[in-house]
Amino acid sequence: MRRISVTFLPLAFLAAVIVVGAHAAGAKTTLSLVAYSTPKDAYAKIVPTFESTPAGKDVALTQSYGASGDQARAVAAGLSADIVALSLEPDVTTLVKKGLVPSNWDKNRYHGIVTDSVVVFVVRDGNPKSIHTWADLTKNGIQVVTPNPFTSGGARWNVMAAYGAQRAQGKSDKQAIDYLKKLFKNVPVLPKSAREATQVFASGKGDVLLTYENEAIYANKKGVHTEYLVPKQTILIQNPVALTKSGLKHSEAKAFLKFLWSSKAQKLYGDTGYRPVLKSVAKSPKYNYKTPKSLFTIDSKSLGLRGWKSVQYRFFDHNNGVMVKVIGH
Amino acid sequence: MVSGRAGGALARGIAVCYLSLIVLVPLAALIWSSRANGMHTFWAEVTKPEASAALKLTLGAALLVATFNAITGTAIAWVLVRDSFPGKAAVNAVIDLPFALPTIVAGLVLLELYGPNGPFGVNVAFQRTGLVLALLFVTLPFVVRAVQPVLLELDRDMEEAAESLGAGRMATFRRIVFPNLLPAILSGVALAFARAVGEFGAVVLISGNVPFKTEVSSVYIAGQIESDNPAGAAAVSVVLLLISLGVLLLIGAFRHWRTRHDR
Repeated sequence: MRRISVTFLPLAFLAAVIVVGAHAAGAKTTLSLVAYSTPKDAYAKIVPTFESTPAGKDVALTQSYGASGDQARAVAAGLSADIVALSLEPDVTTLVKKGLVPSNWDKNRYHGIVTDSVVVFVVRDGNPKSIHTWADLTKNGIQVVTPNPFTSGGARWNVMAAYGAQRAQGKSDKQAIDYLKKLFKNVPVLPKSAREATQVFASGKGDVLLTYENEAIYANKKGVHTEYLVPKQTILIQNPVALTKSGLKHSEAKAFLKFLWSSKAQKLYGDTGYRPVLKSVAKSPKYNYKTPKSLFTIDSKSLGLRGWKSVQYRFFDHNNGVMVKVIGH
Repeated sequence: MVSGRAGGALARGIAVCYLSLIVLVPLAALIWSSRANGMHTFWAEVTKPEASAALKLTLGAALLVATFNAITGTAIAWVLVRDSFPGKAAVNAVIDLPFALPTIVAGLVLLELYGPNGPFGVNVAFQRTGLVLALLFVTLPFVVRAVQPVLLELDRDMEEAAESLGAGRMATFRRIVFPNLLPAILSGVALAFARAVGEFGAVVLISGNVPFKTEVSSVYIAGQIESDNPAGAAAVSVVLLLISLGVLLLIGAFRHWRTRHDR
């Protein structure tokens, strides 16, 4: 008798755990956030903050991080996702084409953009090569580190910043492309991703690193001794978030998306180096963002930038894109 | 006897099913997706200047690394089996570490050591030298671990007999030891070659990935996937697979011929 009860005790306990667990799981809605890797630190704070609000108290969010393009491909191939946070619009477009994200995902007040950043120059401490302008990057003997735009979504922002900066200074389309050719003559290595480019620069290679402002702030926090400057002309980097069709079925997912544009969440993005899209938060003196003289976007038509779809085809097509010739030189 | 035969059939069945599920089906799917766009696309993708430059570099580096491993791997195995020195057990354990380390970590460490800020003052990063170094690191265990057990099993009597008959140490090694080790060396070399052809993590940082200079096929393939050209990625992958398969078959055939020849 005694022996039997001893044997059954753990089983009874296990059953109790399962019942309690099932109860807890039943009360909670599990949502899945699939994001690119850079905002991981921000979401590490945003997710618990959301879960502590009334709207989020019964929500459990699972999170997945990786390279933006890889994440988009994973979702397209069936990775379950309710909310996607990617580094640039074409990765969301991949999901729209697959019918996983509705085509009106960017029809809100913020056009689907949750964080901004700008392309900056990261230089060695004290700026020994005195690099200030885009023209300085093409001088003899300057080494520029940027990831390969064919493998890195982030690098595409760099290329478009360089191109747009030339146009903003009154150069023609042809002159701007010639500038890209000169620029890439000074690019000795082509790391695969923005993070790898930071690692290469940290290892001592190169005089200037082209990257996002938030990555530059990250590098400083991680003890890479550098400083960064915002060039007079640069591009506004815009990172989208969207609900997938499965996310749209949950009111909790909609609440989370709304929360990302709340001042609480926007502050947390700001603290990890992003520029908040909420003007009231971005104004905060603690961020002290430098506004460049000419700040353009991927849709600045006067500079020949007609949105990602056209840019993607003209510059980054793997067969005939402008960059194939620029890099192959 | 009957049950033994049935057991054999069952084992064979399980082996074939397992192999199909884990290896053959994915490989077939890869080949299928590469030919889905037609032979013309396949050929166009493989002969793109950047693709063929990356293929040539990959094969050249893999051949170099495999050859180098044949010599150093055999030497290390020899030292580990025939010599005794303090710390031998530790050295023996260290050999396998390149297998255990995530290769991207290996790449990062090599970059810190042999990059512009390295403590030794040598800078081979972002050149082909750095690429070869990274491949040597990840392929080290193959030849050592292939040769070691054969060397352990090798009967010393043959060598002693040769020496007592007046053969010098070199002659003994060349005529007695080496022929016995050759099949093991070759299978180690084949594995090292195949690994070097497909390596990604260890080389992606240290090579610098400059097209036509230091970009290997695995990195090129990653680029094709990122820029929405899965057909190009699949085509180059298939070429890598075919070459590796060719090398493995060639070495297998040679080993087979050697064994029969010996008998």
